[in-house]
Amino acid sequence: MLAANRTARRSGVTTGMPVAKAQALVPGLAVQDAHPDEDRAALERLALWLQQRVSPIVAVDASGGAADGLVLDTTGADHLHGGEAVMLRDLVRRLLGAGITARAAVADTLGAAYAVARVTPGTAIVVPPGGSATALADLPVATLRLPAAIVSGLQDLGLTRVRDLAAAPRAPLVLRFGEIVTRRLDQAYGRSDEPILPVRPVDPVAVSRNFAEPIAAAETIARYIGKLVPPLCTGLEERGLGARRLDLLLHRVDSAVQAVRVALARPVRDPKHVLRLLCEQIETIDPGFGVERMELVAVLAEPIGPRQAVSSLIEEPEADLSGLIDTLANRLGGAALYRVVPVESDVPERSVRRVPPLEPVSDARWPADWPRPTRLLARPEPIETMAMLPDHPPVFFVWRGIRRKVRCADGPERVFGEWWRGDTELTTARDYFRVEDTSGERFWIYRAGDGEHGETGSQRWFLHGLFA
Amino acid sequence: MTAAPSSNLQALRDQIRRLEGHADRRRTVLPFGVPDIDRRLPGGGLALSALHEVAGGGNDALNTAAAARFAAGIAARTKGQVLWIVSTPDLFAPALQQAGLPASRVLFVEAGSDRDVLACFEEGLRHPGLGAVVAEVGRLTMTASRRLQLAAESGGGIGLALRRWRRQTDAADFGQPTASTTRWRVSLLPSVPLPVAGVGESRWLLELIRTRSGESADFEVETRDGQAELRIAGDRNGHTDETADRVPLAAALGHRPPAARIGRRRASA
Repeated sequence: MLAANRTARRSGVTTGMPVAKAQALVPGLAVQDAHPDEDRAALERLALWLQQRVSPIVAVDASGGAADGLVLDTTGADHLHGGEAVMLRDLVRRLLGAGITARAAVADTLGAAYAVARVTPGTAIVVPPGGSATALADLPVATLRLPAAIVSGLQDLGLTRVRDLAAAPRAPLVLRFGEIVTRRLDQAYGRSDEPILPVRPVDPVAVSRNFAEPIAAAETIARYIGKLVPPLCTGLEERGLGARRLDLLLHRVDSAVQAVRVALARPVRDPKHVLRLLCEQIETIDPGFGVERMELVAVLAEPIGPRQAVSSLIEEPEADLSGLIDTLANRLGGAALYRVVPVESDVPERSVRRVPPLEPVSDARWPADWPRPTRLLARPEPIETMAMLPDHPPVFFVWRGIRRKVRCADGPERVFGEWWRGDTELTTARDYFRVEDTSGERFWIYRAGDGEHGETGSQRWFLHGLFA
Repeated sequence: MTAAPSSNLQALRDQIRRLEGHADRRRTVLPFGVPDIDRRLPGGGLALSALHEVAGGGNDALNTAAAARFAAGIAARTKGQVLWIVSTPDLFAPALQQAGLPASRVLFVEAGSDRDVLACFEEGLRHPGLGAVVAEVGRLTMTASRRLQLAAESGGGIGLALRRWRRQTDAADFGQPTASTTRWRVSLLPSVPLPVAGVGESRWLLELIRTRSGESADFEVETRDGQAELRIAGDRNGHTDETADRVPLAAALGHRPPAARIGRRRASA
């Protein structure tokens, strides 16, 4: 038995169990033959998919024996997704959408990430930088990618946890089990390197350059990027494509690969623009002892369609913002740039929706009759008030420890819950008031409930926004 | 435009402008449309391709609700797209629309740290196709503001640094000199009581704290919600609500109880 799904595991079937025993345990168990080669091919296809979407360096991970996972070097790529935690959650969610239950972990080293992803509970775990040793300490030695014979041998010696193994004297271990024990331990703790050989996309537009002498200076790297970009753009032009994602891979003399990934808002093959985006990322490159080979790959390319040119006789040409959007998105991440479009909803926080910056703009507008605050708090803050029921504004309220006397007020503007969203909103209502305090500051406050019926809300007061 | 009584003075100004290196560029301005304010500004309005600072006064220094609305009004009167760099994502787009700046014109950027905000601000100011760049920034040093001013001169848009501090004690930073062309402070004043229950038009104390080659001044202005027209109190007869979206920014000098609008206000209450 090589693998079992969750239902099977719940019935007592475990991996490593003979098939006959499992069938005796669960009558009518569905057993399928293992196809390691097909598994590997499927993993490679998945790796290519991830390479286009998540990170430039992706490889099928067979270091634990069988090919049972994927390994990604996300250095220099996580900022495009809004941080490591967001990236992992998004990755697991997308895989789930494709019908794959995945567990993911990010750590300083491949060994630590391997162990944490397989043992620690949770589907998307981020081990903070420098936290690998702590995360590994309590894990079983089997997670160190050692052959089964060695693991059982270590267990016979009473070395069940990684912590015990790390504390044990090294020389006798090497003598008895071979150097693989200390090598795996060093790889997990980051004391020795473990290069990842990435999968290659099928027939990409790519250019590369070998150096007789390794290069390291930022200016030299910039100069050679400048030499790589024009042939790449020519290659894209020949195929009628524009790049959406570009990877610059720097093969170092110590066989590690540094990667710089650049994402573009729309397909681009303008050398100047591409060069500028790549050169801005140079400071993130660690050349180590030097770079001996540079490779520029258009991982994701899309056809560039012809566009209608706007004549100045007809209308004012719209300024092209895609260059600016690319620059800002590569600095802050794609999620940091957005436009806001109206949504038909009376609930204030639902009346806005974020869309990507280059989404076609619509002429939809919010209703102009209702005063809306300039600042809307991310979540309404509870306030203490004194108010007459059912529909009078408060006489005073206390917000963030300051007591404010209400000088005048407008309201209530009643907002009903959206019953089509769920049963909890079937009866809810909010009464919004615009109030001005004695110093002239204006606030948007509401009562959760209509002031008469208990089922409409808790009847507590909240501050939701600030007017100008 | 400027109140230059003699041609000698004008000649001297031209000479200074040549020394400053702007001789080849025709300096354009963005008027408020309120003569009382425009008269105080050199050139008759806010200089385009320049950096301006706006801060909130009192408690509004942290929330910058009024200052943001003031900045939105200025940005609305420029042409083209507006880049708005926020440090805290609490800006409510429907309010910007009410200030005359529709959502289709605004590109938002969310930057967590002041360092990122300043980098994006500079990048935006250098871009030739933007009408205005608004950035919510806390600390602004002389060096940083000079960089921004230079970037604004090379680009086409107007730069608005919306000063927003995390703590009230940090707001003392507004006393430090910067290279910005003008510096504004917007404080909220109690509104004029209405003869009936309800909230009156909001009143701001608009302080022009500093302006290059000009004098500082204080204005008391009124703004009204859902409206974007700029007008002087007493000049109300010629305008109707239907023309509201034509000339953006909400500010009306002086104050007068808006008797004509009381009925509508209660209806919307």
